[in-house]
Amino acid sequence: MAIVNDLSWMIGGPQGTGVESSANLFARACVAGGLWIYGKREYHSNIMGEHSYFQVRVSTKQIGSHIDPVHLLATFEDSTAQIHAQELVPGGAFVYDPLLTKPENLKLAKDVILIPIDFEKIIKEIAQETGEDYLKLIIMKNTIAVAASFALLEYDVHYMEKALAGIFTGKKAPLVPLNMRVAEKAISQVPKEKIQKFAWKLKALPQTPRRLMINGVQAVALGKLKAGCKFQTYYPITPASDESVYLEGKPEYGVLVMQAEDEIASIQLAISAGLMGARASTSTSGPGFCLMCESIGWAGMNEVPVVVFNYQRGGPSTGLPTRHEQGDLLFTINAGHGEFPRIVIAPGDMEESFYDAFYAFNYAEKFQTPVIVLSDKAIANNTQSILPYDESKLMIERGVYASKETLEANAATGGEFKRFAFTESGLSPRTLPGQKGGIFWMTGDEHDELGHICEEPENRLKMDEKRMKKLNLALKEIPERDQYKFFGDEKADYTIVTWGSAKPPILDALPVLKSKGINVNVLQIRLMCPFPAEAVSKILSKAKNLIDIEMNYTAQLAELVRQETGIDIPHKVLKWTGRPISETEIVSAVTEIVQKKTKKVVLRYGL
Amino acid sequence: MASNAPKIYKPADYKTTVHPDWCPGCGDFGIVNCIQKAFSEMALDPWRVAVYSGVGCSSKTPHFIKTYGIHTLHGRVLPFALGGKLANPELTVVATGGDGDGYGIGAGHFVHAGRRNIDIAYIVYDNEVYGLTKGQASPTLGLGMKPKSLPLPNVNQGVNPLAMAITAGYTFVARSYAYDVMHLTQMIKAAINHRGMAIVNVLQPCPTYNNLHNKEYFSGTIQIAGQNVPRVYKLEEIGYDGIVKNSEDTAEVAQKKEKALTQLMKLEERVSLGIFYQIDLPTYHDRLAKIIPQLKEKSPASYPIEDTRTHQPLTDLGDAYKDFLV
Repeated sequence: MAIVNDLSWMIGGPQGTGVESSANLFARACVAGGLWIYGKREYHSNIMGEHSYFQVRVSTKQIGSHIDPVHLLATFEDSTAQIHAQELVPGGAFVYDPLLTKPENLKLAKDVILIPIDFEKIIKEIAQETGEDYLKLIIMKNTIAVAASFALLEYDVHYMEKALAGIFTGKKAPLVPLNMRVAEKAISQVPKEKIQKFAWKLKALPQTPRRLMINGVQAVALGKLKAGCKFQTYYPITPASDESVYLEGKPEYGVLVMQAEDEIASIQLAISAGLMGARASTSTSGPGFCLMCESIGWAGMNEVPVVVFNYQRGGPSTGLPTRHEQGDLLFTINAGHGEFPRIVIAPGDMEESFYDAFYAFNYAEKFQTPVIVLSDKAIANNTQSILPYDESKLMIERGVYASKETLEANAATGGEFKRFAFTESGLSPRTLPGQKGGIFWMTGDEHDELGHICEEPENRLKMDEKRMKKLNLALKEIPERDQYKFFGDEKADYTIVTWGSAKPPILDALPVLKSKGINVNVLQIRLMCPFPAEAVSKILSKAKNLIDIEMNYTAQLAELVRQETGIDIPHKVLKWTGRPISETEIVSAVTEIVQKKTKKVVLRYGL
Repeated sequence: MASNAPKIYKPADYKTTVHPDWCPGCGDFGIVNCIQKAFSEMALDPWRVAVYSGVGCSSKTPHFIKTYGIHTLHGRVLPFALGGKLANPELTVVATGGDGDGYGIGAGHFVHAGRRNIDIAYIVYDNEVYGLTKGQASPTLGLGMKPKSLPLPNVNQGVNPLAMAITAGYTFVARSYAYDVMHLTQMIKAAINHRGMAIVNVLQPCPTYNNLHNKEYFSGTIQIAGQNVPRVYKLEEIGYDGIVKNSEDTAEVAQKKEKALTQLMKLEERVSLGIFYQIDLPTYHDRLAKIIPQLKEKSPASYPIEDTRTHQPLTDLGDAYKDFLV
């Protein structure tokens, strides 16, 4: 019996040979046919040659995670075969180059359908027929792999053409018919009887709205543009710089994007633009974020709005520079010496990435303090198809500023302004350099209301209090959706506590667990600082059994929950291999905890 | 006075009520006075000026000057100052700080500021020691020197900050002396008026820790060929002219740069003051505005981002969505 629209497809190859493009083509064609996709990208810290792969999961409903089994593996070189052929399920299909790969040397499951394709022959024929340079056509091996895959899946080739037309636009448009010509040759090499034997099929869904096929850094870039961010700085680092480079490539939006000499300068340029009144931001990963700590403290001390994205990757030190981890939670909420208010929010998918990027600027300006958005490599680099963002409710909030009257009155009496005036809420109206009557000072030293250095004990108490109490205000005013989200039946037997990119595979696993008779609900914590202790405590104290799921060694969220609420989460599912968690892993880990009461399940699947 | 008449400012109009807590006789007093004098002679509206600093004795400067004042972190005055200028190019931005701040912990930023040519003036108070931490050797202290604050002679070689500035791409490079009010004021004005990245390295006696290069040293005379001459002299006295007349004349540019480096590296007991090198080149802002045309009219700080009545964002993502819509 055919299994329709529920599939995991993989392509692999050396970095620099177009693996990403072919995955993009495959995924785009699926989305063009109304299907939903999730794409997982894995690569080495290397430009060319090392093994990389891309896994695309296809479904009839929106998904946010991958699964472990591979139903169809396509490759035009042998290292992918050596590494990934073993992941193919029984009855799966394997598209390969028989000149390079000998299936008898591979560990293959039962009944794997072998689809040898003579890649070279197709490219040579096309070169001959069109007079194109053979070397320039080699990249089209990707198209061959995708086309052969669609032949096996009996997916309408029209969607592949549609996807190609979306990729090759303008001057590159003639590449569409050329690629289709290659595709037809590839399709003709896939024998009918093997197509019939292969159980997995893709079928376009009728009449679906257009979707965004987007990764996390792109989602953030769009959110920043929408928020009116006009000043973005960065220092090259994986996986964060893609976001800045994307913005750099969009000069029409008027964002001043600046590549700084290091992350120290990056954050300081942004802070200074922030105090001038610009919506300013910088994006980095763990190592760069470490370098920014002193400056973030300065911004906290001087109540300057600035937005910092920390896309976590495997640490410590250089760690696993192109791999995934959620290891910076406790570090980020404590980053910098001394005590100062900061807001830390963690998105879990491509939707939250956009909205968090947008609201981060509101929070930074409203609460006059640094906002750190704690994302990660899985969100940054993986691709998801989602419905277009709902922009209708997005409103810009710029915080409190001195009135015209105040400025005029001040200008008449010397022009100095108490930027750090003591107020009930802790928020003091701002002025911006260039405004007459608004002159203030800022300093990393403790200061008085004007911003001059002041070491008086009483002033210290009041000024510290003024800054810190903004956290209470933030907790009161930040909407619930940005503090935490609760999913599932309130009366479920198990409550999973999680954050960030660990969320989507858990949500994807819920119906699977339910079908096995395991009823689970989920608390995704989004606001890490200030921590919504009361709300979390209320939810968790009602829960019957608690499971913490996150991607680090020390279960940092569980630690934070215990610190803030006193509640201990007895069961933990952890992964820190550098590879994100799959839906498959969540199902088996939760099942194990339910059946065997295991305290700690360590996940390790994925290459 | 009619409201459209040019405003006249006295140096005192740029003074705050904050008491400078520098040691008596500190060269920093002279520099701050000259900054205030320069502002008044240029009739700068105080609210249109931002004075930045790093950390150290001299970095307390902004608190004594009545303009927007931003006292940042140790070694970081330049990234902050550059960010401020880029966000609001309408402002006059002056960066201040010590030699340890600028050439030690901030050396990386110092170099890259030259590569960009952003229109700010950077005034470095150079006294060869880290005063606020009790007189350790700074990057400008020469090898083997032993001011009274050091237990042993300096084991590091000193840097040549202005030669470094020229090779890094600074487009205005000058030296002055803290107690030469006329000259220093003139140099500060020229640096602010210069459109591009300007540095004035100011020789500044530290009466507490640096007994080698003190006021007596700079105001004294030395013997050259049997003649008593003042130690400090002005570049124009030797007919030196470091100002590039035609920035597109590559031969002239090369020749002026070479001349400046030669003068800065000259083995002499005397100390020369003045403009070593100046060239008019497109600024970072000019270069960016070619790519991002909006920057010609709007700055990141002044860019309208919301409908002020409804608070709806003004950005239309329509074009960007095209990259992702399937």
